[in-house]
Amino acid sequence: MISFPILSLLVFLPLAGVLFLLFVRGDAETVARNSRNTALLTSLFTFGLSIYMYMGFDGTSAELQFVEKLPWLPGLNINYKVGVDGISIFFVLLSTFLTPICILASWESIEHRVKEYMISFLLLETMMLGMFCAVDLMLFYIFFEGVLIPMFVIIGVWGGKRRVYSAFKFFLYTLLGSVLMLLAILYLYNTYGTTDIPELSNLAIPANVQKWLWLAFLASFAVKVPMWPVHTWLPDAHVEAPTAGSVILAGVLLKMGGYGFLRLSLPVFPDASVYYAPWIFGFSVIAVIYTSLVALAQEDMKKLIAYSSVAHMGFVTIGIFAMNQNGFDGAMFQMLSHGVVSAALFLCVGVIYDRLHTREIVPKYATIFMVFMLASVGLPGTSGFIGEFLVLLGAYQVNTTVTALAATGVVLGAAYMLYLYKRVVFGELVKSDVKAMKDVDGREIAIFLPMIGLVFWMGIYPSSFTAPMAPALGKVLERVAPARQALLEARAPAAAEKKAEEAAKTAEEQPAVTTEPEAAPAEAEPAKEPEKTEEEPKKKKGKKHK
Amino acid sequence: MIPFIAPDLMPAFPEISLAILALMLLMFGVSRKEEPFQAVSNLSIFALLAVGAMICRYCGETVTTFNGMFISDSFGGFMKMLVIAGSAVSILMAAKYAERQRIMRFEYPILILFATLGMLLMISANDLISLYMGLEMQSLPLYVLAAIQRDSIKSTEGGLKYFVLGALSSGMLLYGASLLYGYTGVTNFDKMATILAASAPLSLGVIVGMVMLISGLAFKISAVPFHMWTPDVYEGAPTSVTAFFAIAPKIAALALLTRVFMGPFGSMVAEWQQIVVVLAIASMVLGSVAAIGQTNIKRLLAYSSIGNMGYALVGLASASAEGVKAVMIFSAIYMVMTIGTFAIVLMMKQRERMLEEIADLSGLGVRQPMLALAMTVMMFSMAGIPPLAGFFGKLFVFQAAVAQGLYWLAVIGVITSVIAAYYYLRIIKVMYFEEAGDESLDPATDVRLNVLAGVSTVAMLLFIALPGPLLASADAAAKSIAIFKPK
Repeated sequence: MISFPILSLLVFLPLAGVLFLLFVRGDAETVARNSRNTALLTSLFTFGLSIYMYMGFDGTSAELQFVEKLPWLPGLNINYKVGVDGISIFFVLLSTFLTPICILASWESIEHRVKEYMISFLLLETMMLGMFCAVDLMLFYIFFEGVLIPMFVIIGVWGGKRRVYSAFKFFLYTLLGSVLMLLAILYLYNTYGTTDIPELSNLAIPANVQKWLWLAFLASFAVKVPMWPVHTWLPDAHVEAPTAGSVILAGVLLKMGGYGFLRLSLPVFPDASVYYAPWIFGFSVIAVIYTSLVALAQEDMKKLIAYSSVAHMGFVTIGIFAMNQNGFDGAMFQMLSHGVVSAALFLCVGVIYDRLHTREIVPKYATIFMVFMLASVGLPGTSGFIGEFLVLLGAYQVNTTVTALAATGVVLGAAYMLYLYKRVVFGELVKSDVKAMKDVDGREIAIFLPMIGLVFWMGIYPSSFTAPMAPALGKVLERVAPARQALLEARAPAAAEKKAEEAAKTAEEQPAVTTEPEAAPAEAEPAKEPEKTEEEPKKKKGKKHK
Repeated sequence: MIPFIAPDLMPAFPEISLAILALMLLMFGVSRKEEPFQAVSNLSIFALLAVGAMICRYCGETVTTFNGMFISDSFGGFMKMLVIAGSAVSILMAAKYAERQRIMRFEYPILILFATLGMLLMISANDLISLYMGLEMQSLPLYVLAAIQRDSIKSTEGGLKYFVLGALSSGMLLYGASLLYGYTGVTNFDKMATILAASAPLSLGVIVGMVMLISGLAFKISAVPFHMWTPDVYEGAPTSVTAFFAIAPKIAALALLTRVFMGPFGSMVAEWQQIVVVLAIASMVLGSVAAIGQTNIKRLLAYSSIGNMGYALVGLASASAEGVKAVMIFSAIYMVMTIGTFAIVLMMKQRERMLEEIADLSGLGVRQPMLALAMTVMMFSMAGIPPLAGFFGKLFVFQAAVAQGLYWLAVIGVITSVIAAYYYLRIIKVMYFEEAGDESLDPATDVRLNVLAGVSTVAMLLFIALPGPLLASADAAAKSIAIFKPK
């Protein structure tokens, strides 16, 4: 085991870089060079440290590891407590992995105020890591909202033409969501006298109280995910943010919502989560289909990928609220995969933008772009496939209608991504400056290679990721199991009657999305369904990619 | 014949010393031939520091003197330290500014000393008479200070407005006090508390008296709807005076309100709580919405202070020891934020001319990165974004409200804080997101202002790491104030 406080070191290491950057002096050229180097070194070192931590991580345990606890707010039972388990460690790794990539990606494209830019990114890294490591709810909240400050600055200062509008929209939208969560946290603290997340996850909170608190948490996470209909800040923020800003936004910040659901909403409010699950399904299905259709109509590459993010995140929420092993695995996998793939797609857009300040082609670049495009579509063998497949598998055990509708999102996803690829890569060369465009250089290859590697690793050998997260996810599953069981029992008589009626009808005739009687029959026999379903989505996938 | 018993002077020793020191400085100032502004300023700061040290020494235990009219306790000690720090810093900030604006009169720091004395008396008031005495002692120098720039129309207009409305509020307060005296027969807070706790049902006269008293005090903290004077006075008064207005009197009046609510009206929570809730909501909403359209930074800060007082009232509305503690923590953090912000506003000048428009800050992020950074920290902190100190101020206030079940108040509070975030962000936008104008601000050379801005920025940033001292002392101080349970 690691004997020094590795998590605190990991979280605050980027801050040390910030401190160093504050004292960088000299002429503009030197400052810019030193800032870039310092930021890259700091973030690479942080990445190395996180890998070291992962090597010391026990993947077979569901418990929090590397826990540190220090008294913080005297007089209140609120402590500085950090730790990681199988769920959070992957997000920590994702954050430390993407930050150096972002810094490298901004190497040449950011020309003015380089020092401030690098400071913002390192600050952002500290906030993200702090959020994923926090085990105290108040600490979690502080980092959760603290993320807004550097991101606001990144969009507002280095963004595109409408950057001010987008930065404000991003900031105020997310802030409004978060403050309601703050009140819920205060309520929890006042009623139960603690903000320790594991302790809160063992409480029996009355169901009607849970429902209110759950909604307050939802306000915060739904905006972050973002779920339909509060997703409108995302396309604006993505389009206006600098490339690296979009990368970190899509790569890590969107995961904060999903992580929040898994870490807080489900374990702390299991009854409310079960109660509201049909609503989440409904909103997620709308998100998947609606935003995919919107993506089809986009002319702007960044906007298209932004909408595709909303759709992919819809799969994540479906997976989480399916509340079974497959769903959880799928949601986690989808988040990680999306973290790499959409980040890489934004980088691909950035490559074009850096050269032309618009879009077009070249061979190596076309290959790289294709890999990520296919991963985003969900080609078997890439990370995207595993995530979507597991989510659909998990959802099928709960609600077949939702699964069927969500699966159309996969088809639509293939449509808009292939359409995008066709327009970008196979289009006619019209402009002369496009013909003169250079292929990707060494720095860009260095950025993309590890991401390509990761995409295939995740796609071909997913259990190296799912195995360590399984115990922690299992714990969440155990926590929600009684609530689900209670719901099933309550619906059992109705379900039995319904089942008899429906035996005569065909499955296609089921009309609406998530009305309760429909959810019930699927839930009534969760044990049998998996074997049947396994073939079906695979077939669907296979067809699409021909 | 009634035997004369000499009062114990020791609990009031710091106040008595301040009175003597201020009078001595006045003599010193008058006796000088050339304008002794700087000398008197520096000496005043020393006088305040000395008084601060005495308060530290004496405020440990709860003692009353002057026949129960004056109380010295650790709650008072905490608030007095804040007031003294605020006053000393205001004098410090004024030094260079007064020179430039030609208001270098030695009366300036002395008026601040007398106002501070009044505030200390207010905080220690344990009787309706000493309450009124302290309040007037504080108000009169403030009226003069607001109008100290005699050749400026705005300044004199602000001073006059302040005076007229201030007199009105004093009248209301006095009327309330006389009603309370009439219906309870006492002026002493402790006795009044016992009488009010025992009388059921409460007579209408007591309730009207209480409402009048609250209205008078609400004027002093510029809670809506008694806020009308604030934007005009803030804009009209010289900036260094505005800074003083925004800091010390607010804290003193908050302390007085707390003492009155927790003391004599401690048994009437049901009666005053609803009033405070309404005041808090109105202040928070107006403070956040009305500030959006402002272009003058001083007016903006006036609305911001109205909003901030609304948050402090949320803590008070919760009527609990936690609420008192929250008010104290909030006041301390609010004071440091305000000091930092005004230090920066005082540095906004171009070719030795003061600027007050928000638009004048454009491009500051490029030209004076450190100053812009300090302002950014202040604004994020005012907006209550973690991990800065301003977040914790609001956190404790809302925590107290939620603990007492005032959920809707807390919900409105956080929503208005999001609205308020918009105009704080707007200042950051002007500094960083906009192209700089033709002419930049003069470089910030005033060492004192730079140090003040720097120290408050660091305090905002580091509070999260070291919240212990402030929280612990506020905790101890909150326990000293009598909390009566509702009947």
